[in-house]
Amino acid sequence: MNVPKHMRMREKLILRVAAKSLLPFFFLFALYVQFHGDFGPGGGFQAGVIFAAGIVLYGLIYGIEAAQAVIPRIWVEIGVAVGVLIWGGTGIWTMQSGGRYLEYGKLDPEHFVHGQHLGIMFVELGVLCTVASGMTLIFYLFAGRGR
Amino acid sequence: MFGLLSTWSDWATSLSTLSEHFPVLVVVVPMLSAPLCFLSRNGRAARGISFFALLSCLLMVIHLLGRVLDEGVVSYRLGGWPPPLGIEYRYDQINAFVALIVAFVATVVVPFGQNKKAFRVPAGRTNVIYAVYLLCTSGLLGMCVTGDLFNVYVFLEISSLSAYTLVAIGAERRAMMSAFSYLTMGTIGGLFFLIGIGMLYQMTGTLNIVDLSMRLYDVSSVRTLSVAFATLFVGVSIKLAVFPLHQWLPNAYTYAPPKVSAFLAATATKVAFYVMLRIIFTIFGRERSFEQMNLDRILLPLSIAAMFMGSIAAIYQTNIKRLLAFSSIAQIGYMTLGISLDSLTGLVGGIVHLFNHALMKGGLFLAVACILFRLGSVKIDDMRGIGRRMPWTMGAVVVLGLGLVGVPGTVGFVSKWYLVLGALERELYVVAFLTLVSSLLAVVYVWRLVEVAWFSDPKPGIRMAEVREAPLTMVVPVWALAAATIYFGIFTEHSAGVARLAAAQLFGGTP
Repeated sequence: MNVPKHMRMREKLILRVAAKSLLPFFFLFALYVQFHGDFGPGGGFQAGVIFAAGIVLYGLIYGIEAAQAVIPRIWVEIGVAVGVLIWGGTGIWTMQSGGRYLEYGKLDPEHFVHGQHLGIMFVELGVLCTVASGMTLIFYLFAGRGR
Repeated sequence: MFGLLSTWSDWATSLSTLSEHFPVLVVVVPMLSAPLCFLSRNGRAARGISFFALLSCLLMVIHLLGRVLDEGVVSYRLGGWPPPLGIEYRYDQINAFVALIVAFVATVVVPFGQNKKAFRVPAGRTNVIYAVYLLCTSGLLGMCVTGDLFNVYVFLEISSLSAYTLVAIGAERRAMMSAFSYLTMGTIGGLFFLIGIGMLYQMTGTLNIVDLSMRLYDVSSVRTLSVAFATLFVGVSIKLAVFPLHQWLPNAYTYAPPKVSAFLAATATKVAFYVMLRIIFTIFGRERSFEQMNLDRILLPLSIAAMFMGSIAAIYQTNIKRLLAFSSIAQIGYMTLGISLDSLTGLVGGIVHLFNHALMKGGLFLAVACILFRLGSVKIDDMRGIGRRMPWTMGAVVVLGLGLVGVPGTVGFVSKWYLVLGALERELYVVAFLTLVSSLLAVVYVWRLVEVAWFSDPKPGIRMAEVREAPLTMVVPVWALAAATIYFGIFTEHSAGVARLAAAQLFGGTP
């Protein structure tokens, strides 16, 4: 590609350093939103978007090949499906424990609230997995067009 | 020996505990089989998974319909929360019947012979088609069985988004364009539907359909109510392709792969029709819809216009899939006519036509898939003389076509009988007459197919001598549906009988 030298991302030292040093905080913040979702605002969807944003940022600065070397496309595709299975599997698990579909209270026979907590955590993990993978997959597909 | 017996009885007990969960498993099984198909990365495995998932789904729906007919409404609380608060899956005569149609057609379409040329997907990724197909089925079943209005919207979006994808993978490039216009219209329809739900929620503070219908009795704000009714009605009409809102349908059905056309024609519009019945009869109630909102004044002319415009347009088509698509618009007109007659008999006609049309159009589009497979073309002109080369396929087309006309002894006669009776009951003699006249138009387009298939010589340039009968895996499902149209045309207790119960339940007003 005929991009002038000063426009190339390889030359943008500040962006490269800043992005790399910010990345751990992206993922940490995603996990914070994920697990805080049990107690307050937040949850799997938001956490998934933040997580994917980290990957997108990495892809923008270092190129899509670098991003796909860290998280290959096949993982992302599997992640989309596995998230749905985690979510639905939690429902099957509650039925196995003698409750209705997604009746989390039954997951812990001794403690209703603890069961609710557990169920929501698993369902939100499924959502995180599907949303983060879905967002990344969309980015990969669009960024990979015409290559 | 005894060990075997005890495992058998264990198995039977666990099945009976499982049967408690059938109401939700009907939706969950296809939904969770979709990611499995996606992960299998193998078209053959995906096909096997989807067939068994849908077959188990069909058996569960049959079991539930039996339970509903014996015991009355079956309700399932998701998450164990009691109904007005939590989401409830609620089976009664009408939606168990519609769910049965969806599950049946979805199951028949899967084992139907696969024509790789009809799908534009990269080699080795055919498993994705099945994943999307299962999601679509799961969405349609969910729309039928849920008792929560917002849940209906969510499932509507699941089924629509996957339906757009299924249309877009058609072999011709124009499939992409028609999927896009389907998407545009479908999204507008979904938006109207959502606005309507929002208004109802704002007025009543509930989303549970039963609770909603009771609370709406006390609502005094007529203006908001009329607007909510109008937006819900328009939204569903787009999805159902009621006459002036049908523009997306012909292209979508023409350019989709024929198996997909068969599936969508037999299920998607049927479920939309069911949602329309729910809105008119359960949520707003017959009195409000017909006496305050004067629904019949708008729906009756539109239905008649659809019957005529659809049939006349079908006569002039050169592509058999397009012909069938326009005929679908006419048949949707018959279904909505059943609503607009505002009589119990008419409604029975509308509901039984939902079932009958699913059989006929499903069968006809599958027959088109056979023709495309052997002839490589769906142009009517190219099909000259095909009747002698593919006698079984074309024979089924004739039987199913006679059903569309409404010849006695086929299912089409049953629905038209009820519709005409309904019109006569309401002393709408002109409507009864027009229903019969529009059937004559169906004779014209069905006769065109017969004439081309048997009474004309092959077109030069088409090697008709090389065309053979389609393989058994394709002909058997087509004939199964054709035989069903005759069976249910003669023994009506299972189709019209259930439709009568469903109509009585809707017409009675209370859910």
